[in-house]
Amino acid sequence: MSFCVNFPLFLIVLSLLFSVISSVLHKKAARVLSLVLSGLSAAANFVLFLYVMKSGENVTYLMGHFPHPWGNELRIGLLEALFSAAFSLILFLTLLGGKAPLLTRVEERKGQFYYCMCDLIQASLLSLVYTNDLFTGYVFIEICTIASCGILMIRENGKTILASVRYMIFSLIGSGLFLLGVILLYDITGHLLMPNLKESVREIAACGSYRLPLLASMSLIIIGLSVKSGLCPFHLWMADTYGAAIPTSSGILSGLISKGYIFLLIKIIFDVFGTEVFYASGVHNVLYALGALGIIAGSVAAMRENNILRMSAYSSAAQIGYIYMGLGLSPVLGMEASLFHILVHAFTKPPLFLAAGLLSDSMGGAKKFRNLQGAGYVNPAAGAAFSFEAFSMIGLPLTMGFISKYLFGIAAFESTHHKMIPTLLVLAVSTVLNTLYFARTILRIYNREISPNHGEKVTVRSEKLYLLSALAFVLLNLFFGTAAKPFIDILAEGIAHF
Amino acid sequence: MKKRKIREFLREWDEGNFDFTMETMGDLHQGPEDPGRLPPPDWKNQPLRKAEASEVKAFRALYPVLSVLLLVSVIGFLLITVLQLPPFNSADTPANTSEVIERYVAKGLTETGAVNIVAGIILDYRAFDTLGESHVLFTAVVAVMILLLLPEEEKENREEYRILHSDLILKNTARLLVPFILMFGVYIILNGHLGPGGGFSGGAVIGGGLILYAASFDRRRLQKVLNMNTYRLIVLAALSFYSLAKCNSFFCGANGLETIFTTGTPGAIFSAGLILPLNIAVGIVVSCTMYGFYAIFTRGRI
Repeated sequence: MSFCVNFPLFLIVLSLLFSVISSVLHKKAARVLSLVLSGLSAAANFVLFLYVMKSGENVTYLMGHFPHPWGNELRIGLLEALFSAAFSLILFLTLLGGKAPLLTRVEERKGQFYYCMCDLIQASLLSLVYTNDLFTGYVFIEICTIASCGILMIRENGKTILASVRYMIFSLIGSGLFLLGVILLYDITGHLLMPNLKESVREIAACGSYRLPLLASMSLIIIGLSVKSGLCPFHLWMADTYGAAIPTSSGILSGLISKGYIFLLIKIIFDVFGTEVFYASGVHNVLYALGALGIIAGSVAAMRENNILRMSAYSSAAQIGYIYMGLGLSPVLGMEASLFHILVHAFTKPPLFLAAGLLSDSMGGAKKFRNLQGAGYVNPAAGAAFSFEAFSMIGLPLTMGFISKYLFGIAAFESTHHKMIPTLLVLAVSTVLNTLYFARTILRIYNREISPNHGEKVTVRSEKLYLLSALAFVLLNLFFGTAAKPFIDILAEGIAHF
Repeated sequence: MKKRKIREFLREWDEGNFDFTMETMGDLHQGPEDPGRLPPPDWKNQPLRKAEASEVKAFRALYPVLSVLLLVSVIGFLLITVLQLPPFNSADTPANTSEVIERYVAKGLTETGAVNIVAGIILDYRAFDTLGESHVLFTAVVAVMILLLLPEEEKENREEYRILHSDLILKNTARLLVPFILMFGVYIILNGHLGPGGGFSGGAVIGGGLILYAASFDRRRLQKVLNMNTYRLIVLAALSFYSLAKCNSFFCGANGLETIFTTGTPGAIFSAGLILPLNIAVGIVVSCTMYGFYAIFTRGRI
């Protein structure tokens, strides 16, 4: 066993430690700590990923002296390492580029708390991804919930406070349902660690006793996590939340936190219920239908918006719909498409929100399209970044978005014919709708008649850090969008080894 | 003819003339959100506006009905589920017969050194969860600080202060009780590995004592000892100690190394390895946090 399997433990403890230290530091020092932490985490997880890929097997890492079913454990596999590295990298780049919106919107003496919360989010994302214990998942869901409310309400105006109360209620309902599901599962199996749970669940499914409690617990866990990540009937909090938050926070919330919950859900489907039990229960059909509904509902709602941030928020709802649709589609190819789409959305939404926030700032804080006219000329860097990320959301070739739509198409053809036609239809319709509302925005911000409320022209020099982060996002997107094949193979291998 | 209509519709949409969004929070506009906005279009004669009005009306009528229906069906489903669960209080439920409980009960004492098996479970077998749990408290405090922390102490209103702090009965009762409450809390914490108790419960008791003290006497008295700076340092020290100590034992456990913390003789006060120091750390964090919540909620400062 190589030394690098200790990295997750070190990183989790380090992020908890840094968050506590950040709370007593000055804002600038706390920011440096956060950046160091997420950068370090990205690098260490990448090394770990290379190690797992070379050794080809999952590592179970004891958190203490006792193996499962007695003590806490982490499980380090290919997908876990890959997703942690990606999430940390995205957090790093978002924080790097997202300084400007924070300066004007967060009170000076509370700045360090923002980074303290970001460190906690880093810790909980790592734990949610790596955990091998259902209850550890719940504990870090709690931390993640409170921390995300923190980065939301730190912009203290009436709208944001109301939005965060709303978000908190939804989020707490989600955690509560998840906890109920875990309790039911413990009651019928007597275990909390995933390997043992999987075994017991298989026995229960085979012998037929406690079938209803099993179904209940499965639905409660799935509903809980989908409320928190914003699946269709529960997506209505998104517009207010992401629309009112600081753009940096919106990016973190939609790009990372909801993805952390979804990754945990996928892990639970594989490692707790097992794919056979899950796909035999029929729950996946519900997820499929809600996902497809979410894509259409989110896109239509995005078209109805005249506010750039709220439009991006509803577009998030549609993207979450894609992920759930893939989960319901088929256990291998659909799952692959979903996992890839998690990365697509995580790499695309944070820079999109950042760019939208900067565009709005460069027009004196305007958010309505009418007042954003010509913003692309006032802030060229943000305009270009917004356009590129919008292309990726639409799914133009060479971007990641194209690959994920391609994967969804492939998965649709391979699935049963009940689902093939609806999936392809939904893909087609949503692509058209996406194109409509993003094209409209891009045409607006590159309109020659600049609306009269514009601020000073933003030169490229004045925002070096933002430029760096936007450029990194664009390059990574192009990289994964063009060199996707080896990457998809890795995902497939990860699913096989899950 | 129809084509032109569609084109017209798209043009109107592109210009943002249809505001069919239900901006629930539109009235709470604060700060310069949309400066230099163009004059709002004429809504009166828009058919879409009517559509929205009817949408809201339908929502108001349907919402109570649908929510009751939803709740009743969820309650019914969960009740049926509960009926099929293993019977409560019987010895042969899956949770009571699993190997997990067996080992906790049979070997818990020798493996963790804690007479109180619950302490052994939460601070040794499942210590990572508890590490997270103690940071949940910290996260909550920071979130409350973000929301309620006031910039600096305003001048105290003498009159209000005199009324608040002239209650003789309260003062004397507190004077009598607070030492015992604090002592009892310390006892619960220190005894956590030997009997019922531990850091969370003992910390809550101490926190209660501190709140009683702060409520009945001059707040500045307590502030001399426990103010913002000392609070931050205490929490920093306790949580860092907790994280580092647990990191050490996780690291040793995962790599098969011996720890320097031994279980000692069960029943002795210095036994059970890290459980006693961890209980103390948790107790400190919990007590300061309880008091911190009270202080921030009442006056926006610790």
